Amino acid sequence: MEFLSYLISGISLGSVYAIIALGYTMVYGIAKMLNFAHGDVIMVGGYISLLSMTALGLPWPVAVLLAMLVCTVLGVIIEGLAYRPLRSAPSLAVLITAIGVSYFLQNSAQLLWGASPMSYTPIVSGSVQMFGGRLSISYVSLLTIAMCIVIMAGLTLFTGKSKLGKAMRACSEDKGAAQLMGINVNLTISLTFAIGSALAAIAGVLLCSFNTSLMPTTGSMPGIKAFTAAVFGGIGSIPGAFLGGILLGIIESLAKAYISTQLANSIVFAVLIITLLVRPAGLLGKYVPEKV
Amino acid sequence: MARIKSSIESPLVPMPSGAYIPERDLDKLPVLEARHLGIDFGGLTAVDDFNLVIGRTEIAGLIGPNGAGKTTVFNLLTKVYQPTRGTIMVDGKDTAGMSTVQVSKLGVARTFQNIRLFSNLSVEDNVKLGMHNQIKYGMFRGILRLPSYWKQERIAHERAMELLSIFDMQDMAEKKAGSLPYGAQRRLEIVRALGTNPNLLLLDEPAAGMNPSETAELMENIIKIRDTFQIAIMLIEHDMNLVMGICEGICVLNFGKVIAKGTPADIQSNPVVIEAYLGRKKEA
Amino acid sequence: MSKIIRLGKNRSIALTKTRVMDFATYLGVIIAFAVVTAMGSAGMLTRSFSGQLVPICCYIVMAISLNLTVGILGELSLGHAGFMSVGAFSGVIAAMSLQGAIPSDPLRLGIAMAVGAAFAALAGLIVGVPVLRLRGDYLAIVTLAFGEIIKELINCLIVGYDENGLHIVFNATGTKSVADLGLTESGIAIIKGAQGATGTDMIASFTGGFVLIMISLIIVLNLVRSRSGRAIMALRDNRIAAESVGINVTKYKLMAFVTSAALAGAAGALYGLNFSNLAASKFNFNTSILILVFVVLGGLGNIWGSIIAATVLTILPEALRGFEDYRMLAYAIVLILVMLATNNPQLKELFSKPVRSLKSQLSGGAKKGGAAGGQN
Repeated sequence: MEFLSYLISGISLGSVYAIIALGYTMVYGIAKMLNFAHGDVIMVGGYISLLSMTALGLPWPVAVLLAMLVCTVLGVIIEGLAYRPLRSAPSLAVLITAIGVSYFLQNSAQLLWGASPMSYTPIVSGSVQMFGGRLSISYVSLLTIAMCIVIMAGLTLFTGKSKLGKAMRACSEDKGAAQLMGINVNLTISLTFAIGSALAAIAGVLLCSFNTSLMPTTGSMPGIKAFTAAVFGGIGSIPGAFLGGILLGIIESLAKAYISTQLANSIVFAVLIITLLVRPAGLLGKYVPEKV
Repeated sequence: MARIKSSIESPLVPMPSGAYIPERDLDKLPVLEARHLGIDFGGLTAVDDFNLVIGRTEIAGLIGPNGAGKTTVFNLLTKVYQPTRGTIMVDGKDTAGMSTVQVSKLGVARTFQNIRLFSNLSVEDNVKLGMHNQIKYGMFRGILRLPSYWKQERIAHERAMELLSIFDMQDMAEKKAGSLPYGAQRRLEIVRALGTNPNLLLLDEPAAGMNPSETAELMENIIKIRDTFQIAIMLIEHDMNLVMGICEGICVLNFGKVIAKGTPADIQSNPVVIEAYLGRKKEA
Repeated sequence: MSKIIRLGKNRSIALTKTRVMDFATYLGVIIAFAVVTAMGSAGMLTRSFSGQLVPICCYIVMAISLNLTVGILGELSLGHAGFMSVGAFSGVIAAMSLQGAIPSDPLRLGIAMAVGAAFAALAGLIVGVPVLRLRGDYLAIVTLAFGEIIKELINCLIVGYDENGLHIVFNATGTKSVADLGLTESGIAIIKGAQGATGTDMIASFTGGFVLIMISLIIVLNLVRSRSGRAIMALRDNRIAAESVGINVTKYKLMAFVTSAALAGAAGALYGLNFSNLAASKFNFNTSILILVFVVLGGLGNIWGSIIAATVLTILPEALRGFEDYRMLAYAIVLILVMLATNNPQLKELFSKPVRSLKSQLSGGAKKGGAAGGQN
């Protein structure tokens, strides 16, 4: 029963990672860049939802929508101002720029809202009791898992069936060819950032509901872990990000419970390293050898 | 098509395996012998039952329509791909399980169809990199700059300049390889390959992008390289003037299979080859 | 074999641009050291600035060594601070354990740096063998992962020393403490788990830092101009071509990676011995990124640039202490703007005019300097 509860908390933590990883993987797939600022968009989402609930007194669904809106706009602005001018630049320059954006967001948050942690009231409270109270699952967990499944299904449908989704896939395969086919590449990339950032806002709300606290650096570590999850599952692959996120959450939760709290992150990273050595493109990624 | 005269011309003679090599090379171990070579890429057969013998000092040609598998053959011979079937003997040694690096040490050097220079390094450094395994000093001697470093580097410099002089490129030695004009980059690749002190030089479309006068010069230089170094050269080329002008034995590939072998005269009159290039006269 | 046209005696290897740059780099570091030392003895340095001298030296060496991996080998590493960490803690352990045996501080510092370099090199080898098989962003994420693993492992270390030798406890469950070391009365606890190294004897010195920078420069610059260095750069420019001329990819990748780790370890030891308290969490992802920023802003493969960038970017935030709240924000904005200005085609064009005229002036100056150097 103990194992089951660790497993469920692992799956719900993994669902948060998966939602963040979906954003990461979509952006990587299309822009071929490691967007290190993605984790900080999560943090912004957390603050916006918190402030709209506490300062503005809005109900939580409205707060979440507002956070999504702000993050979407933020994501599109970041892309347009910082990343778009560097589309043809070396990837290292883009990476450093992303790190600059990450610092910018963290320090702006610190100026606006202070460095000390704020307490975050979970958007839903309470839990279901099962097996005569021996297993308790919080509503936040259930909501997270449900959200993750809905988002995953929605994205799969969107990229597979819709015209815009197909345009996104075309751009990630070959930008030049996509442009020749009349696809507006810049618009498509902006759209990808918009979706990724909206997902980050949702992830922010869920993450803060788990942690019940929020500070300017809240997004960093989950961001890195979600990125790990995306790589683990095969970066660029939507089902890969989902699978990677869930597995990572489970591994982390079980490692904390049964092996060592101190070394939980190490164990997660070790699993990633071993996976990449066996499958250099991640679990569901395609390995493309260099053509001679 | 005019043939360029070489000082060591000799007629092709058939070997027991059905291959042809120049008469003068008959009493020597062939530099390369490929038997029943083949490779599949995920169920798709790219090259199949490829057999070839190249004499010590032969200039051989590998031709065929686009997508016939010519570069794949080069990649197999240099172990960029490990063959699915068959054997490759270099200097009589079986290369099964060897890596690109090991095959290079056995004396197989190559150039690339899409130029692969060390473009941020100088022309001289590119040639010295070709000579990497001839220069004998390790990391610590290099860092401490012991006398052997200076001596070896001086010898390497002189040798690099000598090799560059084949194509009159000494003046470019200090330029960045990536900044050279296209033709010079192709020539530099050949010089770099020569730096490895090869027995067999594989040239992948050496004349691509060159104008007729540059090509004529290249033909003379290929002959000159063979004559001075006494090595075998095999080249992939679409320019038939070049192929027919300097190759002694020619192998024609189509859909991954050898469809003809022989002297330039044989190949030019072979109906199977003409069909492969031009298609059937009457479409069914 | 050498029947080809003999060249005239073109023996004198010309005083090339790269040689002039190398010479200028050594000279610049020596002059800077001399000036700062003179100013220090004349009492012209502020307290906060002299306190920063050793960390600046450490960051310079970190930047030089990371440039070897990122700029010269061409592989992105996001876990360089991990090697610094290994060097720092092994160096501190060595220095503290040898307190009785070797009374001379500079000698002990030297040994500590050598020990730090050796352990970091070992870590580099362990990390490098699997990591260097991967490519591009995958390699980057795995170096990041290793950096975090190293941090957590060191966080679990409890180390003490007494007359019976070193005592090491690995505190994986978080239940152990210094008491579990079983030290005798005269023993000292050197590393206390998550607290890190405490009560370290601060033997790091600016002179030690200067010597380390010079050694790093000699190693990296001479390596780059040697057969091995050429092979490393060849891998960066074109791996497939490098293999085709018989260059062993794994050997040279590991050579660059391990050398880079060893230098980072030596810098870490110097850093560790500059503070009485130091926790492993200091060497986190942000530190790795900080060093990467030095390397990128200084210019990939440009050692001189790394030195300048590391120095300026370490002094600047300190100098802006007065604007505490805004300095990191300003840093972030400057970082983004510099990247945009140097990498965006349109902006580059805009800046290129003044830069070009500046460059031509500078290169004129460098030629003069080179001629003078040749006569020395």
